[in-house]
Amino acid sequence: MIRVEHLTKVFDDKIVLEDISCTFEKGKTNLIIGQSGSGKTVLLKSIVGLIQPTKGDVYFGEVNFTKLNFIQKKDIRKKIGMLFQGAALFDSATVEENVMFPLHMFTTMSDEEKIERTNFCLERVNVTSANNLYPSEISGGMKKRVALARAIVLNPEYLFCDEPNSGLDPQTSILIDELIQDITKEFNTTTIVNTHDMNSVMGIGEKVMFIHNGRKAWEGDNKDILYSDNEELNQFVFANQMAQELRKARAGRNT
Amino acid sequence: MPYISGNMNNLLYHFGNYFILMTKVFAKPEKKRIYYHQFLQELNNIGVSSLGIVLIISLFMGSVVTLQTAYNTESPFLPKYLIGLGCRDSMILEFSSTMIALIMAGKVGSNIASELGTMRITEQIDALEIMGINSASFLILPKIIASLFFFPLLTLISIITGIFGGWLSVVFTGVIPVPDFNYGLQYAFNPFFVTYTLIKSLFFAYIISSVSSYYGYTVEGGALEVGRASTKAVVYSSINVLLFNVILTQLLLS
Repeated sequence: MIRVEHLTKVFDDKIVLEDISCTFEKGKTNLIIGQSGSGKTVLLKSIVGLIQPTKGDVYFGEVNFTKLNFIQKKDIRKKIGMLFQGAALFDSATVEENVMFPLHMFTTMSDEEKIERTNFCLERVNVTSANNLYPSEISGGMKKRVALARAIVLNPEYLFCDEPNSGLDPQTSILIDELIQDITKEFNTTTIVNTHDMNSVMGIGEKVMFIHNGRKAWEGDNKDILYSDNEELNQFVFANQMAQELRKARAGRNT
Repeated sequence: MPYISGNMNNLLYHFGNYFILMTKVFAKPEKKRIYYHQFLQELNNIGVSSLGIVLIISLFMGSVVTLQTAYNTESPFLPKYLIGLGCRDSMILEFSSTMIALIMAGKVGSNIASELGTMRITEQIDALEIMGINSASFLILPKIIASLFFFPLLTLISIITGIFGGWLSVVFTGVIPVPDFNYGLQYAFNPFFVTYTLIKSLFFAYIISSVSSYYGYTVEGGALEVGRASTKAVVYSSINVLLFNVILTQLLLS
């Protein structure tokens, strides 16, 4: 479980996050949603420690992560897997080397065991026969899946995904969402996904937090989200024409 | 006045950040075997891949230095062998360390800055940090060590190639008799000059690799900023090379 308490982040004089408190549960896909520029990525990066919050605390279990130094943070970071928006695969390494990298760094496995584990993770994300290709030689969707394989190769307790569907077609997006959800259940991870894709929200949003202008504006799940009274959330959820039609139809049925 | 104080603040800001980065770079390596692998890769990227340009430039510069010295010292009072001596000493004292360092600042410096800058903007450095790896040490330390290892070697290769270029120009143009040139090469040789040039090359190796790494590692923004960082890396590496050339010359030869 991850707990965020009164987290605030200020860049120069601009308040990007203001007094965010929330809990992300183990074994669930927790979604942070909001418009572009609402502060989702800053929140995610503050949770994993890539950005130092101005105020507030982040607890991984009972450990206050924000109070730890670089060396102490290492122990927790080894339990973290992260899927970045652009996949962040190492350009100079092949698919196999990318996935195997954390094993080289943090395990004492033999070469055979590393290869076996790497192949298992690649098969788990449906990437086969691409072990010797470089990131520049594979598609965007495949890059995301390889990055996901790298994120889970050390059996993480915490999985973070920053905009996993950005730049992907709807079919591949659904595939990635399903993978994230399956992995969350299979490895019993605390998963946090940053997204503004409503398909993801409806598909895998077991717990959803909506951020608006740097503040937590709503919290619930994908079943409640369509029935909220929060105007900002409704503007976000029903942003496209089809969703607006649905909303009108639903309102018509209710009267 | 505000312009000067602004520039001074900027300079101090970069100095501070550079030294903070270097303390991270020289932290104890996490897994030495992986670092060794990185070091071998950097030897290839920084050193071996620069051999060609060093050989070509040194060969032609040695040749030109010899010809220019020969054509500009046509005096009966100056012995011919001084042309050989001039070629040897200009290659050892200045060209092979300083000029090659400036060329390497352009080639290797921009390469390091753009590589690290691209890794920064594509979140590859963040990915390393998330895994609990000291990204500064993992990415920069092998580059610095590879540079320290290879720059002196390149300097020695450049000296030999440059002198060979001078000899070739004498052989093919007949500007002076070859025995005179050969005699000049051996005349009044001071072995400390080689030590001096190797010490300089070590300093230049550190300056180029660390300054370029600093500008690449601290990029913020997008592709445009990576380009700017690459340019800054070359400019500031070159300025520092020239500055330290004067300081080291004064310290070592005075």
